[in-house]
Amino acid sequence: MTHMFRALSFAACFAALATAVSAQDAPIRIGFITTLSGPAGSIGQELADGFKLGLAKTGDTLGGRKVVVHYADDQAKPDIGRQHADKMVESDKVDILTGVNFSNVLLAIAKPVLDAGVLYVSTNAGPSQLAGKQCHPNFFAASFQNDTTSEAIGIHMQEKGIKDVYILAPNYPAGKDMVAGFKRYYKGAVVGEVYTAFNQLDYSAEIAQIRAAKPSAVFFFYPGGMGINFVKQYDQAGLKQQIPLYTGAFVVDQSVLPAMGDAAIGVNTATLWSEEFPNAASREFAAAFEKTYGRIPSPYAADSYDTVLMLDAAIRASAGRVDDKAALRRALEKADFASIRGHFRFNSNHFPIQDYYLTTVEKDGKGRLYNKLGERIVEGLKDSYATTCTMAP
Amino acid sequence: MIEQTLNGVQLGVMLFLMASGLTLVFGIMNFINLAHGSLYMAGAFTAAWIQNISGSFLLAIPAAILLTAALGVVFEVGLFRRFYARNHLDQVLVTFGIVLVANEATRMIFGPVPLRMPLPPLLAGSVEILPGLPYPTFRLVVLGVGLAVAGLLWVIVMRTRIGMWVRAGSSNRPIAAAMGVDVDRVFAALFAVGAALAGLAGLMAGPILAVQVGMGEPILILALVVTVIGGIGSIKGAFVAALMVGLVDTFGRVLLPPALGSMVIFLLMALILAFRPKGLFPVHG
Repeated sequence: MTHMFRALSFAACFAALATAVSAQDAPIRIGFITTLSGPAGSIGQELADGFKLGLAKTGDTLGGRKVVVHYADDQAKPDIGRQHADKMVESDKVDILTGVNFSNVLLAIAKPVLDAGVLYVSTNAGPSQLAGKQCHPNFFAASFQNDTTSEAIGIHMQEKGIKDVYILAPNYPAGKDMVAGFKRYYKGAVVGEVYTAFNQLDYSAEIAQIRAAKPSAVFFFYPGGMGINFVKQYDQAGLKQQIPLYTGAFVVDQSVLPAMGDAAIGVNTATLWSEEFPNAASREFAAAFEKTYGRIPSPYAADSYDTVLMLDAAIRASAGRVDDKAALRRALEKADFASIRGHFRFNSNHFPIQDYYLTTVEKDGKGRLYNKLGERIVEGLKDSYATTCTMAP
Repeated sequence: MIEQTLNGVQLGVMLFLMASGLTLVFGIMNFINLAHGSLYMAGAFTAAWIQNISGSFLLAIPAAILLTAALGVVFEVGLFRRFYARNHLDQVLVTFGIVLVANEATRMIFGPVPLRMPLPPLLAGSVEILPGLPYPTFRLVVLGVGLAVAGLLWVIVMRTRIGMWVRAGSSNRPIAAAMGVDVDRVFAALFAVGAALAGLAGLMAGPILAVQVGMGEPILILALVVTVIGGIGSIKGAFVAALMVGLVDTFGRVLLPPALGSMVIFLLMALILAFRPKGLFPVHG
């Protein structure tokens, strides 16, 4: 009898121990929705590669717990993104969602995801809506607020005393946002403000107008293939030597520089990260990325990698409890991690307060193009929407 | 003004290279080929790839043209030939399928990052066409090549025996075959020429535009507009319409507000079709 009792109690203890271990061992589930096909597929690839490299550094763990990542392709379409998000929240039961690169896709999936109690930590898109009136306790932008990338170059051009500029951007919401951000800080004369059709191929007509207007500088926002077209044609027209080009982050980076070729030499960018950042975490990242993928990383990959570091630190600080969302949010808000961007902290709207630097395209020792790091333009830039955000508890 | 006119004509000539292949195949074989844009992409990628491994732009030119011509023949003999007798919807579906496959296959082969395609130093700069008015050298070359090809095509189609077979095969296929014309072979050759023209356009676009996956579709839409305005099957129509679209688009962007500027070529198309439902130079009555 005593034997029996002892054996039973032993078994019970063992079983209790086993369940405790399995709860701690269940992996953290992460959903990574991004654009992996179509012309913007290279952006999603950079984001995914940066994220995978971050997880390779942490040994596929976050805060000491194993991680399973579900990757999905939104095809740059809000409805497809929404379908993936619904599936990941409802059947895959993800704890954290991330990865989206287009603001319109993010806006389509944000509300149902956040309301379902899932954390969204953005590696890229940072639309003004989520920074302002629609800000949400479960939403964090580990990347940037969209406008700040062009605000920073506006600050630089204002400080440099450039007296008049010519502005070019595609005719779609983000294009207008970028120009608005630029003009929020640049107060010189605008001699021309042109909105071209989205995905326009030929810019010769616009370039001829720039030549006639003779501005001191050109501010342009052409992401992806549009940027390649514009910069190549601007160089071929022989204008680059006469009128310098300025742009915000993510336009002239390593996702397009190889295709732009020498035409891009001399283009000035305001950026939150460059491949030349001297801090130890950034050097480690840049070297590991080049070793793994055989190319220089872009700020897309850098922000994505940084997101992994941030999540790792926050989940460790909350003792691996991703189900206690309030504790995890408090840990994320502290942003206590060695960011590859140097200084990083969160504003009250869960968007970053970070520094912006000037970079200029040059050739490195191996004949490759890179963004040479210049002066710091602004320290601790805050987005202009935080004041309109009242975060519900 | 002179500069903008040159820009317009140069864009028009580029469109003509695309549209001439499209209009020949559509008008003469009665076959809608949406994969024409993929051949254009193939031309640009082959040229950029050959140039990157060999370092020679000159070598890239024949490589791109021959490869796209060969691709055209493979598609014609292997697949499209079976669809000539089918209705247009089937043709659109099969060629659209090719577009999707071609885009993803290109990404698998070359990766997602756009390719680099620099110009040789001789063509990279600009020349002063009038005092104080520099113009990119390469764009002048594009202009010259496009005009030369247009002339050559006209001579071949209107003044040679081969051109006669082509016209005969298109207006009445059974009779032409009965008269001893090998219609199958003529059509395959015609398809190859159309593909080569798309390849040539892609190769010339490479240094100006981004060599990236999906680059064929925007230009395909413009080429379809040109084909419809010019009258389906008419080389002359394609040439006139291409120049018209190039000039109207360029001046529309300069003189009109942005929303209207990007719409103006479609307004032009609607206007022309309202008065000339078969286009400017209709081939079939």
